[in-house]
Amino acid sequence: MAELSVNGQQVTLSDDPRTTLLDTLRELPGFTGTKKGCDHGQCGACTVLLDGRRVNACLILAVQCEGCEVTTIEGLGEGDQLHPLQQAFVRHDGFQCGYCTPGQICSAYAMLEEIANGEPSDVTDEDGVRLSRDEIRERMSGNLCRCGAYANIVDAILEAGQREESPS
Amino acid sequence: MKPFDYQRIGAVEEIDADAGERSSFLAGGTNLVDLMKHEIETPERLLDISRLELAQIEDGDQGGLRVGTLVTNTGLASDARVRERWPLLSSALLAGATAQLRNRATTGGNLLQRTRCYYFYDTARPCNKREPGEGCGALAGHNRIHAILGASEQCIATHPSDMAVAMVALDARVRLRAADGSQRELPVEELHRLPGDHPERDTVLQPGELILGVDLPAPPPGRHIYRKVRDRSSYAFALVSVGAILHVADGKVGSVRIAFGGVAHKPWRARKAEQALQGQAATEENFLKAADVELADARGYGGNDFKIPLARRTLVAVLRDAARATEESTP
Ligand SMILES: Cc1cc2nc3c(=O)[nH]c(=O)nc-3n(C[C@H](O)[C@H](O)[C@H](O)COP(=O)(O)OP(=O)(O)OC[C@H]3O[C@@H](n4cnc5c(N)ncnc54)[C@H](O)[C@@H]3O)c2cc1C
Ligand code: SF4
Ligand code: FES
Ligand code: FES
Repeated sequence: MAELSVNGQQVTLSDDPRTTLLDTLRELPGFTGTKKGCDHGQCGACTVLLDGRRVNACLILAVQCEGCEVTTIEGLGEGDQLHPLQQAFVRHDGFQCGYCTPGQICSAYAMLEEIANGEPSDVTDEDGVRLSRDEIRERMSGNLCRCGAYANIVDAILEAGQREESPS
Repeated sequence: MKPFDYQRIGAVEEIDADAGERSSFLAGGTNLVDLMKHEIETPERLLDISRLELAQIEDGDQGGLRVGTLVTNTGLASDARVRERWPLLSSALLAGATAQLRNRATTGGNLLQRTRCYYFYDTARPCNKREPGEGCGALAGHNRIHAILGASEQCIATHPSDMAVAMVALDARVRLRAADGSQRELPVEELHRLPGDHPERDTVLQPGELILGVDLPAPPPGRHIYRKVRDRSSYAFALVSVGAILHVADGKVGSVRIAFGGVAHKPWRARKAEQALQGQAATEENFLKAADVELADARGYGGNDFKIPLARRTLVAVLRDAARATEESTP
């Protein structure tokens, strides 16, 4: 049986190769986090980590992920202990309806790692990669928020990112 | 989505000689899966190439670089060698799509992504690229994002890739493997075709032909600039983009490479402009002249008329910035 791992749990793949990774996750009992917004790679609501990198689960056939490790929003915190990014989103009111939030947070989680790895973005200048509002805006442009909570989302990510850089 | 057979390919030799019209290669899937959901692409068989050993970036001959087709857009844009010596390519990649998409998108898939023409995507509208002979909805319809150079009455679509524009300016070559196992190479500039009477054919690839990778020759000297003009400052396809590498010595153009994106059915190498500039004084006046020579045959279709002056101004602005930067860097 073809399997993939979701937050460390083995999941059997559907035998219909048309099934996307997103639909596989949506059909799993208890996994209500990952959302389907557009189903066409345009909104970022389905963002999850595939072998550690953020991707749009709606554009990936699940069969392609056989043997891979997927992390969803449910895999970020530990039990009832929210991940620092989740806490920052709560503190800064980084949402209104909350529909885009799981995707925003998975995306932000990976984004902070990309910055830590020194991966450049379209706004990175010759001085190198640094955490800034401009960098966050550019790097998070694949996550749309129909409620327009962007200003607070940027604040939340900036705070969580700064804490990561200099844990007190 | 129409049903299909799925087959994961472990080595290129497993691709059988009749892998042809009814099969498609699946790499990152960010374009193909989308088009399959819309039933614009309806392959009977998907050959998943994503686990082939073609994900390396290696030093090539004479200061060049060999890029495997499965290198992701993120991997290529972040590579230290690319950032240092081919910054045009890194900038073009980073100007495209989003981090999520670039993490998944591959080099070959990016080259072969299909047009974003609204009528191509809307199966209720006529489109010669989707259904040859149906007519072109864009010609007398909404054509704000369409071509101003090299179009035909059959199709005025543009090629949407940013990466390919940089590759064309950099004289990159694509390595191909035919279904019978034979190999050939082509300049990326010759990979895509103009629509003519066959807009259903985006490229010169034969059915079942696989992209193995792209080779970058050593970069020419000079300043690299990729500028993308779009409706939003991030996450939008180009209306017009310009990739240029300009070297100025003693106030004169020593060497120059220019390619446009968003203006034609293929990344558009601006050879006429390059010729007009070679050896000339690096002045605003000459930049304008060069842009006019290149755009002499440009034509709009109503909604996209604005692209002609936009292409002209963007090119001049890029050349001006590149000239200033090379002068500053030469003491
Ligand atoms: C919302 C959105 C926004 C985007 N914005 C931009 C943008 O601003 N700029 C930009 O340049 N792009 C943009 N893209 C497009 C993106 O860059 C492409 O979808 C991606 O590069 C395709 O790569 P892939 O590996 O996923 O290809 P796939 O979807 O796997 O394949 C695409 C095509 O290439 C063929 N193919 C793939 N690999 C090979 C090979 N080795 N040999 C032969 N055939 C092959 C497939 O059969 C298919 O026909 C955007 C996409 C989306 C969804
Ligand atoms: S421009 Fe080309 S892709 Fe668009 S409708 Fe016309 S034929 Fe189809
Ligand atoms: S649901 Fe995947 S990007 Fe919108
Ligand atoms: S909080 Fe409602 S879509 Fe973002």
